[in-house]
Amino acid sequence: MARLRLRIYRYDPESGAAPVMRDYELEIDPRGRMVLDALLALKELDDSLAFRRSCREGVCGSDGMNINGVNALACVTPLEGLRQPIEIRPLPRLPVVRDLIVDMSQFFQHYRAVKPYLINLDPEPENERPQSAAERAELDGLWECILCGCCTTACPSFWWNPDRFLGPAALLQACRFITDSRDQATDERLDYLEDRYRLFRCHGIMNCVEVCPKGLNPTAAIGKIKKLLVKRAL
Amino acid sequence: MIPKRTFDAVIVGGGGAGLRAALQLARADLKVAVLSKVFPTRSHTVSAQGGITAALGNVTEDHWHWHMYDTVKGSDYLGDQDAIELMCRNAASAVYELEHMGLPFSRLEGGRNAGRIYQRPFGGQSQRYGGEQAVRTCAAADRTGHALLHTLYQRNIAARTQFFDEFFALDLVRDAEGYILGVVALEIETGEAWLIEARATLLATGGAARVFRHSTNALINTGDGLGMALRAGLPLEDMEFWQFHPTGIPEVGCLMTEACRGEGGYLVNRQGERFMPRYAPHAQDLASRDVVSRAIAEEIEAGRGCGEHGDHVCLKLDHLGAALIQERLPGIRDLSIRFAGVDPVHEAIPVTPTVHYMMGGIPTNLHGQVVAPVRYGPEEPVPGLYAAGECACVSVHGANRLGGNSLLDLVVFGRAAGEHMIEYLRENRYPRALPRSGVERALERLARWDRPGGDERVPRLREDMQRILQRHCGVYRREDLLEEGIGKLDAVGARLADAAIEDRGRLFNTARLEALELENLLPVARATLVCALARAESRGAHAREDYPARDDDHWLRHSLYFLAGDQLDYKPVRLKPLTVEPFQPKERSY
Ligand SMILES: Cc1cc2nc3c(=O)[nH]c(=O)nc-3n(C[C@H](O)[C@H](O)[C@H](O)COP(=O)(O)OP(=O)(O)OC[C@H]3O[C@@H](n4cnc5c(N)ncnc54)[C@H](O)[C@@H]3O)c2cc1C
Ligand code: SF4
Ligand code: SF4
Ligand code: FES
Repeated sequence: MARLRLRIYRYDPESGAAPVMRDYELEIDPRGRMVLDALLALKELDDSLAFRRSCREGVCGSDGMNINGVNALACVTPLEGLRQPIEIRPLPRLPVVRDLIVDMSQFFQHYRAVKPYLINLDPEPENERPQSAAERAELDGLWECILCGCCTTACPSFWWNPDRFLGPAALLQACRFITDSRDQATDERLDYLEDRYRLFRCHGIMNCVEVCPKGLNPTAAIGKIKKLLVKRAL
Repeated sequence: MIPKRTFDAVIVGGGGAGLRAALQLARADLKVAVLSKVFPTRSHTVSAQGGITAALGNVTEDHWHWHMYDTVKGSDYLGDQDAIELMCRNAASAVYELEHMGLPFSRLEGGRNAGRIYQRPFGGQSQRYGGEQAVRTCAAADRTGHALLHTLYQRNIAARTQFFDEFFALDLVRDAEGYILGVVALEIETGEAWLIEARATLLATGGAARVFRHSTNALINTGDGLGMALRAGLPLEDMEFWQFHPTGIPEVGCLMTEACRGEGGYLVNRQGERFMPRYAPHAQDLASRDVVSRAIAEEIEAGRGCGEHGDHVCLKLDHLGAALIQERLPGIRDLSIRFAGVDPVHEAIPVTPTVHYMMGGIPTNLHGQVVAPVRYGPEEPVPGLYAAGECACVSVHGANRLGGNSLLDLVVFGRAAGEHMIEYLRENRYPRALPRSGVERALERLARWDRPGGDERVPRLREDMQRILQRHCGVYRREDLLEEGIGKLDAVGARLADAAIEDRGRLFNTARLEALELENLLPVARATLVCALARAESRGAHAREDYPARDDDHWLRHSLYFLAGDQLDYKPVRLKPLTVEPFQPKERSY
């Protein structure tokens, strides 16, 4: 057992009080344990601590938060090696509902805006639509996004224009469908993205790539869309 | 009165089953609402790894009837053969439909079927009724559930389904004649209760494996739909049957998919011996899950377990090579490195049998209608109520589910339920008058946690319950252990009256949610122990040390558990398929 020191952002809008960083100490063996384990243990001591969680293994995207200044999933961030006190805050620049819980409406609105579904108006064949292994491999690195929001809320361009710049997660999704050999709406999708704000606010700062817990590369996806737009203009 | 919204249909649950049903209704231009206590893509379906089973025959020759045979045998003959026929017959079209929706299945490279859906071998799959291994599980790498759930969510966006994200359903609303008229739900963010009125309600709330201490399941799998059904006076079916997956990471429980063995991995004991051939000479590491889990338990019991405490065995993948692991099992490699501290490219992964799946659930017929012995026989539909997915028991999995059959169950019966609801809505055009009492009971559930209570706390009670089930209802069960477990669970139940939460906030009060979830977990735990104690035989996942043999004369029947007085009832297994000859129960070996 070791004593672990944490500083956690606490905010309860009902109390009328401003947000505070509260200090905690916890008896926990950090070996092999994650930040989520520490939060769950703290919640047993103080049940008013609010955060989201579901899969506890980094696949559902519930528990994106800012840990020692870096956006990450609590459930797959090992306690060992973290500077103490471990500072935990909600994902930056989104409205805070309570403690570590943010309002993700804006994030999901951008997701919906890129029409995140396959568009193919041909009659459906009897069996599967063929897609070569190579065509399918093009989707790797695009389809695995868990919508955790770590990237978008780390993106300075999103901070400045949250309502107009779609952000890395939504743009990655757009690229996933543009790239899919079965999708027929590339032109329509590119039309929507060809906009000073929606796409072109990205300045390739790469914060998004650094934080993505799934190792995805939204910057590359954005670059690919930009290239397609250039090619189309020629 | 609380605020109200009215829909044609309400679906409680935004996992695979709920979203598939919602799509059917939305496409029929009905007003449908999906309630989910988490944002839909956070549902547990997202965790499914290995794949979805259908006899496409893309890799080896295959036939839906062979799939049906394997499923009946895998169920240890407790599965209903009409439902199994329906599922296996519809499997291929269900998978093609998912592909058309955009699901990014992995694809075959080269050969006659290049560009078609990739399939891998899974446990319990055979060609020609028990012959050679079949290759039947369709996969999107080792993230098939993610691909499936996101695709279904995306299609629902396109169909403009109305979502109520982060709404927690409390109870069903039922009138005096037994019609279900919707649900009362808590809007988590505001703490406000809503009446969601609908002429048809579907429960798709998923599993409940969090009744156990070590589980592969998400933390949200607390059996809420089961609690709602029990409180409405409805039974649960076959609750003694819980699948222990052979390969969970010890303690944390994270799953190492069966696809690891499907792709060529195998289990070894302390001596490095590949032991499965001793237990299942033919199928070896790809025997059915109950068989492999018992084999591991026996190895550990015999002192051949690995590690300092000899409490697990190891799953070897390193011989497959880094390239294959990276292409087919990237998520597994990631989980293993993070949670077991082991890179499977170089070292074997520690694994142990871990609670994974609930074969039992809310009894339904082939159309997803919830059925109960009400007045005229054991399977009378409850008007306006449907269930699908892991919370339902239709029963296609019987006493033991085959890998890849759950995702299939979700889409086949999610769709079937949606179709029947459309019909039901056509026949029942007008809403019935709402009873007052149904709403009040639900509100009382909420109010109870606003009152100060005694010293008991929710996390403590939950942990005690989980330890009881883990210890008293494990891979092997015994009368005295089960009886003792029920006694201990009684004590935990009694303490619930003294429990309180400290958080009195309205907004996003997660302590209150955990309390409400505990109220659902406890009766599920109880149903499990009571059914397990009564079933004096061993069948599928239910292994009784004191009754080691299957007993078809007395126990080829489904258990039904009612909350009132812990009552048990039974109903026959449907041995007659829809069109083909029945598969007669015979000895099960792999
Ligand atoms: C790690 C893992 C891997 C698996 N891999 C496979 C596989 O490869 N192949 C396979 O076939 N099966 C697999 N399974 C099993 C399969 O994933 C599940 O059985 C299936 O996904 C359950 O789907 P569902 O739609 O019934 O429920 P879930 O996906 O669990 O969804 C339940 C929904 O109900 C909602 N809900 C619950 N309670 C409430 C409430 N009170 N109010 C409002 N909403 C509520 C939740 O928010 C959620 O949206 C796996 C299971 C696990 C644990
Ligand atoms: S690369 Fe673009 S999207 Fe990513 S953080 Fe930078 S500006 Fe944002
Ligand atoms: S791209 Fe990565 S960081 Fe961004 S939402 Fe998806 S998974 Fe999260
Ligand atoms: S809890 Fe699912 S990603 Fe962390």
